[in-house]
Amino acid sequence: MDTRPDESDVTQPTLGPVGMMRWGWRQLTSMRTALFLLLLLAIGAVPGSIWPQRNIDAGRVADYLASHRSTGPWLDRLGFFDVYSSSWFAAIYLLLFVSLVGCVVPRSKIHWRAMRAQPPRAPRRLERLPEHGEIEVDGAPEDVLRVALGVLHAKRVLGRHSGLRRWRIRAADQPEPDGHSDGRSSDGLWLSAECGYLRETGNLVFHAALIVVIVAVAVGHLFGWRGDRILVTGKSFSNTISAYDTFDPGPWVNTEGLSPFTVAVDKLDVTFEERAGGAQRGAPRDFTAYTRTQTSPQAPQVNQILKVNGPLKFGGASVFLLGNGYAPVITVRDAGGHVLLREATPFLPQDANYRSVGAVKVSAASPKQLGFFGFFLPSEYLDKDAGPSSFFPDLKNPALALGVYEGELYPQGRPQSVYTLSTEKMTQLKNAKGEPLRLLLKPGQTAQLPDGRGSITLDSVQRWAGLSIRYDPGKVLALGGAVAALLGLIASLMIRRRRVFVRVRPVGRRTVVSIGGLAKGEDPGLGATIEDLLSAIAERTGTKV
Amino acid sequence: MTNETLSQYANLGVYSAMSVFTIAMITFAIDLAGSAPTVSTSAVSSDVSDLPRPRKAAGVAMMLTRLGGLLLIAAVAMRGLSVHRPPLGNMFEFALVGCMFVVVAFVAISLRRDVRWLGLFVIGPVLLTLGLAITVFYTDASELLPSLKSVWLVIHVTVATFSVALFTIAFSVTILHLVQTWLESQDPQGMSRLRTIVNTALPPARSLDRTAYGIHVVAFPLWTFTLIAGAIWAEQAWGHYWNWDPKEVWTFVIWVVYAAYLHARATTGWTPRAANYIALAGYGCILVNYMVVNIFFVGQHSYSGM
Repeated sequence: MDTRPDESDVTQPTLGPVGMMRWGWRQLTSMRTALFLLLLLAIGAVPGSIWPQRNIDAGRVADYLASHRSTGPWLDRLGFFDVYSSSWFAAIYLLLFVSLVGCVVPRSKIHWRAMRAQPPRAPRRLERLPEHGEIEVDGAPEDVLRVALGVLHAKRVLGRHSGLRRWRIRAADQPEPDGHSDGRSSDGLWLSAECGYLRETGNLVFHAALIVVIVAVAVGHLFGWRGDRILVTGKSFSNTISAYDTFDPGPWVNTEGLSPFTVAVDKLDVTFEERAGGAQRGAPRDFTAYTRTQTSPQAPQVNQILKVNGPLKFGGASVFLLGNGYAPVITVRDAGGHVLLREATPFLPQDANYRSVGAVKVSAASPKQLGFFGFFLPSEYLDKDAGPSSFFPDLKNPALALGVYEGELYPQGRPQSVYTLSTEKMTQLKNAKGEPLRLLLKPGQTAQLPDGRGSITLDSVQRWAGLSIRYDPGKVLALGGAVAALLGLIASLMIRRRRVFVRVRPVGRRTVVSIGGLAKGEDPGLGATIEDLLSAIAERTGTKV
Repeated sequence: MTNETLSQYANLGVYSAMSVFTIAMITFAIDLAGSAPTVSTSAVSSDVSDLPRPRKAAGVAMMLTRLGGLLLIAAVAMRGLSVHRPPLGNMFEFALVGCMFVVVAFVAISLRRDVRWLGLFVIGPVLLTLGLAITVFYTDASELLPSLKSVWLVIHVTVATFSVALFTIAFSVTILHLVQTWLESQDPQGMSRLRTIVNTALPPARSLDRTAYGIHVVAFPLWTFTLIAGAIWAEQAWGHYWNWDPKEVWTFVIWVVYAAYLHARATTGWTPRAANYIALAGYGCILVNYMVVNIFFVGQHSYSGM
């Protein structure tokens, strides 16, 4: 039944714009909203693991869009392929960020005051507190209270529940902070003690450190950069934008001021699993690149080993070994035997057995430009359905399978991938039977091209190292923030905030000590602590319990 | 280089541990079934340990649990020796080490307080996981991928597995808390015999809730550490401490959900029971992270070995 008065009779207080904002701020910074946003953040992060993400693998996104023509574009519009840079995900974490700040700042103020305040006066009736214990001991009340003070002051009170704990203590005869002294005649003799202020400190450190982590991530995003480079063994590259295959700078990066280091890869050792069978066969076991590095063009050369878990460091930038593959050395000659092109051409691995695709573009060929496109197979065999394939990732039976095209390599000079051929202005060469011409070359072999177009030779096979160079000025800050958050978290979960009050009253020639305890949150050990305190007092007063 | 004979012995160790755990589980069940309310019919029974009921079966079950735990430790050690590395390289090995940690943590807790009522609900899941591990997740002993050859494998994965083990125990206790809360709300006179047995066999709901919270409070900082250690390792191996790889996403989701659980416990207006539902959702995310992400999602953490 509704017992509320009729609302029309009540003058509702109206909220002005300031009041509305204040109300909104309270809502946003409330614990309930923070909780809701946390759960929303968890749910919002999930789609990024289900659908392919552009920042990780743009190719898989394109495949997905191609195979889901009706739902794909809608998912794309909703940002499901860029979840972590989408506006709705940003909205969640920015609201959470604001909520975090709005929670930490006022709580820090309150805690700062609480840390410097004295514990509150002891309540009159300690037996009403959640935990309470009483004992009768020998001695006068004043002496017993002094003993209790000593017991609380001793950092290490007997018993496992006390441990190392510093109590902040206030005694009845101390004046109130405002100068008012409470007469003990009216109030009896008492002590109040509080400990575990670090619980709230830890909690605040945890939340503040999360803010630091978010700021560090933002710093890394704005000032960091990454570049990728495929480097054939025997070659070197220096850290300038033009040397990179792809370069991805943050919005505030000064791309002219990159540190001028140089890396040359002399040799790349690769080991694959040969013994085990099943899914483990051919699994990579070790990659080691032997490099020569210079921190600047004037600096001395240093030999360094680059491994998968061991990046090279140049100031803030680190060089990682993230990929590898094969670069067949190919020579193309014209009919007269003149070399038109001689180059180690990187091919990109497509599967676990390094069936790799690549293209050779001979722009010097005349009258028409020549293009070769096909596969490099480290361990070649002919699959009935898939054509030339590889059965193992290492060089057991290397071969190059190519188709040949002639025509215009770069129509309208548009930029194109070096690993594929743009065949719109090219025609494929045919063999005598009228089928597309396919060449299969083993190292050292030469194939003549039909009708005096010259020849192609597979001289040898080299390896390439896929280097990724990253610079993130925020990462140390992020680590510091994360570690501080962890320490704060441990403090806030493990430390107990407790208040203990002691009262003494005379009973004949003896004294009754009464201790009451109060804790913030769950504290199953509080009762035992009070028992420990009582028995310590009994022991020090020489009372036999 | 792997030692096939040794890895066969490791499997034998797993099978023997499973047989011992099966007997332990049955004995735990017998012990619980014996806790019919002969002493008190009140729904709010005092702590089970106070009842003067002889609990021989529980004692035997605890002994068997320790024996099974030792067998499991031996199996993990032999698996590690057979591949000359910490056995933390694929799903089979995670499951094995995770079960070992669950049993070790359970035995450690049992040394400090009476948790015989929990045995059935810890050994049951362990047995189930071991069964899945040796059949579905089984991977032949082999070397590691280059990206896994790092000291951080030991640090990151050991702590991750250990905290998952604690979350597992906490999950069991949380479920029991929900069951007991429900039973305590029933009329003790009109309860069926089975419900009465369960009601008396378990500690009171409040105590169960406190136990679950206590375990979560230890597991959560460990999970936080897992997250940080993983980020440090990712920075070394892949060049970026956070790349939103599916495994990273789910590790983060788990962290956020359990953070929400702790947050809910401190939020006025949220009952422990409602907060406990969030904890259960968190454990659901752990299961997704282990079973679904490893096998079905494409990412840099594809090491299931399957």
